[in-house]
Amino acid sequence: MNPAKYLTLRRAGRLALLCLLAAAHQSNAAPPAAAQIEIKNFMFAPNAVTIKAGSTVTWSNKDDEPHTVVSDAGLFRSAAMDTDETFSFTFDKPGTYHFTCSIHPRMVGTITVE
Amino acid sequence: MSDDTLLQSRRKALKCMAYGGAGTLFVLAGGVFTPVDLALAANDKPGIARLGKPLFVQISDTHIGFNKEANPDVGGTLKQSIDIVNAMPEQPGLIIHTGDITHLSKPAEFDLAQQLMSGLRTTELHTVPGEHDTTDPTVTEYFNRFGKASDNKGYYSFDHAGVHFIALINVLQFKPGGLGTLGSDQLAWVAADLKGRSSSTPIVVFAHMPLWTIYEPWGWGTGDADQLMAQLRRFGSVTVLNGHIHQIVQKVEGNITFHTARSTAYPQPLPGDGPGPGPLKVAADQLPKMLGVSSVSVVKHPSALALTDTALA
Repeated sequence: MNPAKYLTLRRAGRLALLCLLAAAHQSNAAPPAAAQIEIKNFMFAPNAVTIKAGSTVTWSNKDDEPHTVVSDAGLFRSAAMDTDETFSFTFDKPGTYHFTCSIHPRMVGTITVE
Repeated sequence: MSDDTLLQSRRKALKCMAYGGAGTLFVLAGGVFTPVDLALAANDKPGIARLGKPLFVQISDTHIGFNKEANPDVGGTLKQSIDIVNAMPEQPGLIIHTGDITHLSKPAEFDLAQQLMSGLRTTELHTVPGEHDTTDPTVTEYFNRFGKASDNKGYYSFDHAGVHFIALINVLQFKPGGLGTLGSDQLAWVAADLKGRSSSTPIVVFAHMPLWTIYEPWGWGTGDADQLMAQLRRFGSVTVLNGHIHQIVQKVEGNITFHTARSTAYPQPLPGDGPGPGPLKVAADQLPKMLGVSSVSVVKHPSALALTDTALA
């Protein structure tokens, strides 16, 4: 094995160890749970989610039709998500956030941040 | 045939066509459709030519960028649609695209759509955007390319061959849980645009989403369209053209004739059939029958218009 590659491997190993330590540390401090929302059959599922401040919500489109996620209050706005594309947003402040699909405005949902 | 019988058959045919997809030629005189079978169009081309000079052709819902199972080649079906228009013995004065030019509002999709539409022999193109054309955060992709006619407002009017055309936008002010919206600014502009115009002027109004409620649970309508219709009611011949629902639906109300066009890309389900208005997958040999364009001709200049829907097959 050439020395450069060996060094890289060693570095990667150290990095992995650091990551493990970091993960262990985080799990002790009750990490903010990430939430997933699927978009299927022109519906957000679930359409109401409660999360802790600092959590990230990821929407993923499972329809053959594009959808968007747009905050009613103008806080966030995704591009049109094609099939299997995703959009994420991190909610830092507690509050109630309504969102809709701008292409199909009857599709609505709510994120409650505690 | 007596007038009564004619009226009966007219009613029957209109009823048949309510949610039908078959190609039928309509002669519009003073707001009343007279359906003429499309077999005539296929077998009697001089007969069609006698019906009048094509005023314009409506293309809708080209959805360039869509590549799923319902139609992996939307560029190809748009080309076929353009071939139909280019093959008309007399070319229409202008082309109207009633929106959803692209599928995802991407620059490359707009570029390809423009490149394909530049193959039309008729070069005067008027457009209104669909909700698929306006999903980029600042809606710049559509307006950079097509905003000039409306000064980036999305609505404008023009005159052609004695007919007054009004282009409207109803995809920008969605209310959550609601239908499309015209908005008070646009409605006030329409009132000013129509003020002082003779009631005998034929009017053609076009917008992407239907300007009457076809199916509310799927948002197939425009919430404040009633205020628009109130302004149009005094005119002797009004034709309202929309896209959005990828199928032909028609309605006649007084002197106002409503018509939605087929898509050139993919069909959608009948209202309420299934969980939502997604692309409808049909057998490959059925697809061309469910795609196509609409053509409107002047029959008795300028008070009568004829509307023809042509499928790809």
